[in-house]
Amino acid sequence: MTETLSMYSLTAIYSAMAVYLFAFIAFTLDLAKRSAEGPAAAVVAGTHVGQMSRSGTTAILERVVAPPSTVQRRSSRFERVAFALTVLGWVLHVGGTVLRGVAAHRVPWANMFEFSLTASAIMVGVFIFVQLWQNLRFLGAFISGFSLIILGFGTVGFYVNVVPLPPALQSYWLVIHVFVATLGTAFFAIGAGLSMVQLIQTRREANKLNRFRFLDTMPNAEKLENLAYRVIVVAFVFWTFTLMAGAIWAEHAWGRYWGWDTKEVWTFIIWTIFAGYIHARATRGWRGSRSAYLAIIGFAAVMFNFTIVNLFFKGLHSYSGL
Amino acid sequence: MSRPSDHFDSPAPEPKVPGIAQPSLGLIGYLRFFWRQLTSMRTALVLLLMLAIAAVPGSLFPQRSSDPNGVTLYFSTNPTLAPVLDKFQLFDVYSSAWFSAIYLLLFISLIGCVIPRATHHVKALASPPPKTPARLDRLAAFSAFEVVPGETDASGDPITAASAIRAARAVLRKGGYRVRLFEGRELSASAERGYARETGNLVFHVALIGILFAVGIGGGFGYTGQKVLVVGQAFANVRLTFDSFNPGRFFTDDALVPYRLILNSFTTKYEQQNKDAYGQPIDYTAKVTTYDQAGTPTKSVIKVNDPLQIGGNQIYLLGNGYAPSITVRDPNGKVVYSEPVPFLPQDTNLTSLGIVKVPDGLSSQVGMRGIFYPTAAAAADGTLGSVYPDLQNPVLSLVLYSGDLGINKGQPKSVYTLNTDGMKELAGPTALDGTKALRLKPGQTAKIPGGLGSVTFDNKAPKSDPSNLEQSVPRFASLDVHRDPTQGWVLFFAICVLLGLLTSLFVPRRRVWVKAVELGDGRIRLEYAGLARGEDPGLDAAVRAIAEKHSHQLGLRLTR
Ligand code: HEM
Repeated sequence: MTETLSMYSLTAIYSAMAVYLFAFIAFTLDLAKRSAEGPAAAVVAGTHVGQMSRSGTTAILERVVAPPSTVQRRSSRFERVAFALTVLGWVLHVGGTVLRGVAAHRVPWANMFEFSLTASAIMVGVFIFVQLWQNLRFLGAFISGFSLIILGFGTVGFYVNVVPLPPALQSYWLVIHVFVATLGTAFFAIGAGLSMVQLIQTRREANKLNRFRFLDTMPNAEKLENLAYRVIVVAFVFWTFTLMAGAIWAEHAWGRYWGWDTKEVWTFIIWTIFAGYIHARATRGWRGSRSAYLAIIGFAAVMFNFTIVNLFFKGLHSYSGL
Repeated sequence: MSRPSDHFDSPAPEPKVPGIAQPSLGLIGYLRFFWRQLTSMRTALVLLLMLAIAAVPGSLFPQRSSDPNGVTLYFSTNPTLAPVLDKFQLFDVYSSAWFSAIYLLLFISLIGCVIPRATHHVKALASPPPKTPARLDRLAAFSAFEVVPGETDASGDPITAASAIRAARAVLRKGGYRVRLFEGRELSASAERGYARETGNLVFHVALIGILFAVGIGGGFGYTGQKVLVVGQAFANVRLTFDSFNPGRFFTDDALVPYRLILNSFTTKYEQQNKDAYGQPIDYTAKVTTYDQAGTPTKSVIKVNDPLQIGGNQIYLLGNGYAPSITVRDPNGKVVYSEPVPFLPQDTNLTSLGIVKVPDGLSSQVGMRGIFYPTAAAAADGTLGSVYPDLQNPVLSLVLYSGDLGINKGQPKSVYTLNTDGMKELAGPTALDGTKALRLKPGQTAKIPGGLGSVTFDNKAPKSDPSNLEQSVPRFASLDVHRDPTQGWVLFFAICVLLGLLTSLFVPRRRVWVKAVELGDGRIRLEYAGLARGEDPGLDAAVRAIAEKHSHQLGLRLTR
């Protein structure tokens, strides 16, 4: 039973990867098409001066408030196809991940292979649902490409058959701590993506990169910076919680809440970098590109923690199942 | 806001005028300058980043605090490099001078930053919202509406500037704003909300200081002790009974609450169905009985992830293994040694190493170095290995030495090491007369070469079926006993950190103004504007919602 289900799970994951590949291609084509488009005409928004009345007939307009220049752009066909493919891939991806959990009779995040399934599923999920709040579809190529890489590494490099949990991992903290950590990782990833676009956009605004016309169809650097900040702040709260939950779990399992184990060290480093990032956003002279670099360095540290530290550094966490 | 002067919300610094000499600062001036620098946002930021970088080497080199064996190993594999690294405290990164310097500076900066902000904030909490700016249309989120002459409100009274502002006050109060009305040529309401943002920020930073102190002090008053218990053995919470004991700086023996604990049983479960994880442990359970000072017994269970709370202690199950019971007799058959000896596991199938020292009773001191295989299997070259952690084919292999054990001189010697310098190998791979190491199964006895006597690997369940040796060798559990009186405080501050963070990041702090201007011809112009303090993406929507609610309160509706 377990074997059959994990077979189905793997099949679903491979299918999701195939769909993501097509989504990635379509997102890239969309970016190419954006280059051909040039800047969209700014839509003039209505005035903010109006009337207050019971009948509402005679409007007296006194002053036209200049609207902030928002770029309105109809999404291209490529983008719509790419996004639909992403949603389809995600459904397969989530299905495969859930099946893995059913096969194992536990949450599907107890070893490297399963982390990569769950973390990338959450990342794509956050990307999909974040669209309800803001149109960030221009990050599609980054997100679909990145989850393709994570899934590739996970399935090719770290696939393991279902095995039971060792006693130290048998705790509800596995469910909470690791889940919130992956959630935080997903938000950090999107934040890093926005910060990267921000850096490129800044150069474009300084009249460099004249060939990258597709950048004109994306928000300006300041807007990107604000978006990145809001996403990263959410991630930071998750990460703070992860750190604390990890300490509580360590106290239960190892008898001390903090012992500078390698994984604890890196969780701390990441937390500190992002605390620095948040400060940078509030420090004169550190907003803009500098804070964007910090966000990217912070995310690089997250990735380093997830890969190199898990694989090559010795520590109590090294039973994470390879 | 009394924030650091380089906070981006603070007024920009005056540009330096070239050519004008700065007045010389003097000592006080320099101190003040230095303090300003230390408590600036930039310093905090740089120190945070430095702290992140300084933490990295601790993950590259083994640390004495978490991996002392790794450090020993590093010294033996890199004999020239290791002492140099040690000079720079790279094996004690987190207690090193440089790491401490960074975080102490950071926390001094933090205290210097928080105190003025806290006093300022307390004043701000007590003072009413500021005066309405003369021109609202310069602010963000501005909108204006006009009320046509002769409009009446819901109760039929004509709408005046005064009634409109009263209505605005009601709306704003309901929205959690603190409101102050201004009269004059133009009536206006000035409102502010979200003081909790700054409160949360201060709680967050103060709680960080709290954590630092609680951790620092807790380490001083607490202690940790380790005890290896073979099934059936007991220990009392007295300093001397621990195998190792690490008291904090301020520890006194009064902190040891008297109780006794006996290990009744220790059971393990290993995976047998799943061939990908064959032999992987899935459960360890220690059943214990504790006796408090009055001698009342309580039965409890200790598991990994599930410590026992007793007498202000937590008792954790951190390790386990086998303790083969070994009996040594002299040539006349008199027992001179009979004990279960904890063997330290070396791999996942519990191949274990142990040391036996028989100082008295034989014509010469005898030492034994043993390897225990719970499920022994011979490789092609004849060497043994364990292939499963349970007792399916237990074999004990002993290398015997005679001579001076080196324990008479009174130096404490670890029970897990045997110094064989000056001892003669009686049986083993390099024994002079070619005698091989002894291999015993539970219940078997062998002669000690040289006519010294005999050694028996006891079977602890002699009555069970001889083909079933599952109970033949007792288990031990290694328990860690901890006391950390400030752990609760650390948790408390950690929760404050999280709550402070949430309020400070997600509660918007905004000022909103509503102004009613009588235009002379009977029309009343209502103006709305807002100002964000800190990040506030929802300001526009909030001001619009206030205008909406206000018109509703007046019994009107907005048209654009
Ligand atoms: C232990 C070191 C520190 C850590 C981990 C830390 C962390 C943080 C975090 C996570 C935030 C954002 C959440 C919030 O607003 O509460 C923040 C904000 C802030 N911190 Fe710190 N901080 C530290 C030290 C300092 C120091 C030394 C200063 C003073 C120079 C300072 C001044 C501020 C200010 C003014 C803000 C508000 C920023 C804003 O307006 O958005 N912090 N800090």
